[in-house]
Order: sequence, then structure tokens, then C-alpha cells
Amino acid sequence: MALQDKLAGNGDAFYSALMDIHEGLSEAQSHALNARLVLIMANEIADLDTLKNLFKAARDAGQNSK
Amino acid sequence: MAYDYAPFPYIAPPGLTAPEPRHPVVIVGAGPIGLAMAVDLALHGVKSVVLDDNNVVSVGSRAICWAKRTLEIFDRLGVGDRMLEKGVTWKVGRNFFGKDEVYNFDLLPEPGHKYPAFINLQQYYVEQYLVERALEFPDLIDIRFLNKVTNHTDHGTHVSLEVETPDGPYTLETDWYIACDGAGSATRKRMELPFEGQTFEEHFLIVDVEMETSPFGDDNTPERWFWFAPPFHPGQSALLHKQPDNIYRIDLQLGPETDPKAEATEEKVLPRIKAIIGDTPFRLDWMSVYKFRCAKLDRFVHNRVLFVGDSGHVVSPFGARGGNGGIQDVDNLGWKLANVLNANAPAALIETYNEERTHGSAENILNSTRATNFMTPKSPIETIFRDEVLNLATTHPFARKLINSGRLSRPCSLADMSLQTQGDAPVRPGDALVDAPLRGPDGDTWLISEVQGKFTLLGFGDTQLPNIDGITRVGINSRAEYKCFNATDDHALQRYGIDTIYLLRPDGHVCAVFDTLDIKAITAAYQHAKGT
Repeated sequence: MALQDKLAGNGDAFYSALMDIHEGLSEAQSHALNARLVLIMANEIADLDTLKNLFKAARDAGQNSK
Repeated sequence: MAYDYAPFPYIAPPGLTAPEPRHPVVIVGAGPIGLAMAVDLALHGVKSVVLDDNNVVSVGSRAICWAKRTLEIFDRLGVGDRMLEKGVTWKVGRNFFGKDEVYNFDLLPEPGHKYPAFINLQQYYVEQYLVERALEFPDLIDIRFLNKVTNHTDHGTHVSLEVETPDGPYTLETDWYIACDGAGSATRKRMELPFEGQTFEEHFLIVDVEMETSPFGDDNTPERWFWFAPPFHPGQSALLHKQPDNIYRIDLQLGPETDPKAEATEEKVLPRIKAIIGDTPFRLDWMSVYKFRCAKLDRFVHNRVLFVGDSGHVVSPFGARGGNGGIQDVDNLGWKLANVLNANAPAALIETYNEERTHGSAENILNSTRATNFMTPKSPIETIFRDEVLNLATTHPFARKLINSGRLSRPCSLADMSLQTQGDAPVRPGDALVDAPLRGPDGDTWLISEVQGKFTLLGFGDTQLPNIDGITRVGINSRAEYKCFNATDDHALQRYGIDTIYLLRPDGHVCAVFDTLDIKAITAAYQHAKGT
């Protein structure tokens, strides 16, 4: 099932801000930052069923990648 | 000073010269679990024979962390006070990342409990005290050291055993065979029962050192200190505990690629210890290098053979859920087996031991597996997440709760299991009782000392409890013909409420709660809790 689009008109601004926080970091630092981000966002989302659904969506979508 | 391992005497068993009458219970293994089992049964008037292939207590401190619930059970068994007096009391755990503390937890922040969150006490003391307690029941407990069970056969209605002694072999018969023969259970292996779970590849070094100077900082308060990647042991974890006799337990993660034999040598261990405690003089008391697994039997009840403790389930040590889980097994089985043997309950009651304790051990395995996975990341990405949880923890409280250096043993809830009657109350059906200080006709006492060991109806205030055959009555802040106490500092009232009537099982778990005095409902819940 496709996830609902919730970013509306802010998509580009969000994406650009996400790239910005990685600016100047090594690959290892970026991976660490992403991990912190997942943890922080999980805490904000909070609901375990929602989180598990998102985990599944992320994992499933990766099956098509090379 | 090093513990004096005095051997227990071997006495030639009667079965060597003439067949013994069939015993009601044979317990195989005289570790903490087997011994506690014998004492528990004796308190219910049940005779047992305890067989052990050895004749000394545990060599090495091994299980050292005894949880509050275990101590409350030990209190019922008559050894709690002694354990508390000798043990090192603690309740605070501190987690460090590198050299900095990132999180601490208090396992018992409130007053009004007889026993603390934890004591540390070497397994050899626990076994010694239990042996000495068992010897106080010469008519009920028959401990036989250097009696090695070499075979057993379940005949449906009883079990026969072949036993090896220094004087040769003999045979025994028993109604019930209780396997308390530990993680390597020979009973389990003979029965070829699958023992499935997760094996961890990490090696850990356990060292006990004796020293005068406390490593717990200036105020010398014993706590549980756990380090992720400490400066003295880069990239690995470390754990520090205090035991009695100025002995400190140091646990060091060594990684998967380790030669256990080479690591368990003074040459390798001394520099590791010096890296932690510096130039403080110390004596090396005991050391061991180990790997562990989390595994359990599918069932703990196999007709007349019952598995109790490590023979049925093993966990990693982080969380202190091995020995403490085993004592909860004992607590659960003792009154049930006694009721069945005394013909007060159907044999089906034993099946609820299987139901309740496979649930308890699954909970212990889940917690212990999660802790071990957090502590020993198995891939680069697991390491990243673990480290970033630790980094976030300094600033963000939510991340502190994700730090898992062991979720320490708590009493298992038996809510929704088949012996309990559904209901809602501050202490819910299935929960273990919560202690509280009381004042009674004989002075100050504790709830756990007054209501455990028998089915008890507990009421508060003006409630007049009915007299039901087989149930003891206890009133709090009541005036009645049965035993009544006052709730010291109102702790009992705050913990139980004043409007609920509680029916407690002999193992101190609530099995039913009532808002009104309904004798029929109470009687029905009591019969239900006995499996009838």
C-alpha cells in the first residue's frame, strides 16, 4: 500500500533541508546522523504499529533497488 | 579472604543395601534451585530426596544478583533475613558511554519494602544457607551428596532412577522427578528434548577480585556500573558489581574472536584489571571466560518429570534473570505439587506450572536477548544505531530508555493465565503481591511475611472477611476475629486501595479480586485457583 503524501507543497524545501544537514560530513558522520534522525523521528511518531508499517514500507521499497 | 569450600559429608544411602520405598519427590541437583525446591516442599509438609553428583557448594561466585522478588520468596523459605544481612544491597544502575555517565536508574525509589531492589551475594553463600536451612528438616529433606543419577525411566505413574555412589550403584523410585540439574541438564539430554534458542558468539570474561579500596567513587555506594566502550576497555562493554567480603565482580566483553583458554590466565587478566582499578592492591579470587545462549524447553512438564530452573531455560546474565527466574519456578511449583500430593488438587494443576513458567521464561528470554543484542551489535549498522542512542541520551530523555544494559529481573505477571479470575484492582490478578510495612499484635512486620505460603484473603478497613475452609484471613486496619494489622504509614492502603478484597495464592500472586463480599464468588475463585 502506498503511503499518503503529507508533505504537500513543502517537498522540495524539505528535501533540500535534509541535504543541508549532511553538508560537510564524512560518510560515516552522515550515517550516524541518519541513525539519530531515525531515532528522533521514531520518538515523534511514537505509535509502534505506525512505525512498523513505515519500516515495512521502507524495506519493501528497497527490493527494487540495484 | 577466599571462601572456604568445606565438602559436605557423603553418607551411604539406604538403597545400597535394601530397596527403598517409593519416594513422593526426588530432586536432581542441589544448586540454589534444587535446594530451594526441597525447602519449599518441606514447608508444605512434602518429603523429598535431593541427589547431587558433587559435594561442595558452587565453585566461584556465579549467580550473584538476587532480586527483590527472589528475596521475598527466600523470606518465605526462611533464609531471606540471612541473605539480606550478608548481601550487598543496591538499587541504582549507572550506564556510561566512554568515560561519561549517560543514564542512571533507581530500581526501588520508594520506601516501605522489607527487601531492597537487589542484593549481591555469591552463589556459594546462597547454596550454603539453603543447605543449612534444608538440614533443619531432617524428617522431610534427605540430601545425598556424591549421588549421581545415571539414568531414569518414566513409567507413567512413577519414575525410576539409577544412581551411582562411591559405594556403587542403587535404584530409586519416585512419584515425581524434579530436574534441577542446571544448564547442562543430564536429564534433558537423556530425554533428547530439543533446547532451542539463540547462541551468542561474544566471549565474556568474569573476574572476581578482592580489594580494600572501593572503585565506586568517594561515597562508596555499591551500585551496578555498566560501560559501553570505556576508556579502559576500548570498543567493548564492562560491568562492575560489589559482593560481600570486599569482592568485586568485573565482567568484560571480549568479542567473538577470542581464545577462552588463553584469556582465562593471570597473565592476560591482570593487565585488564589494572587498566580499570590502577595500582590498587587486589587479590584475584576467581575467573571464567564464557559464551552464553538464550534457550528453553518447549515444555517444563513431561508427565512425571518436571524441569525447574536452568535445566528448562537459560538466559544471558545481563538482567539477572537466570537464578531469579529459577526461584520463581520453585515458588510456582511448590504449592501446586504439594496440593496434588496431598490430594487437595487434581494432577492437572501441575500443567499450570508449565503454562505459567514457560510464559515467565519466555519473558526472561525476550528481555535478555534484547539486552544482549543491544550490548553486542552484530553488524556495522547495529553499532551505529547503538552508539547514536548513547549519543542522543545525554540530551534527550527518550533515548535513555532505549539504552539496554540489561532489563533487570522483575516479578513475572501471571495475568490472564488460566488459574486467575479476571478482575481489576491496584494490584491486578496475576501480579505478585506488593510488600508493605505493617504493625500487628506482635509488633512491626511486613505483608510478605504474613500472607505468603497459604491461600489468603486480604481485606481492608471495615470489611469483615468470610470464613472459608482452606483460606487464611488477614485484615488491614480492620477489627475482626482473624489476624489484623495496621498499615504503617498507610503504605498498604496506597498500594492496594481500601475497597478491594484480594485472594492470594500460596506463592503470593493475586489470583482474584472482589469489590463486594460475595462468598460464592470467592469460593469459586479459590477452587479455580487450585485447578478444581
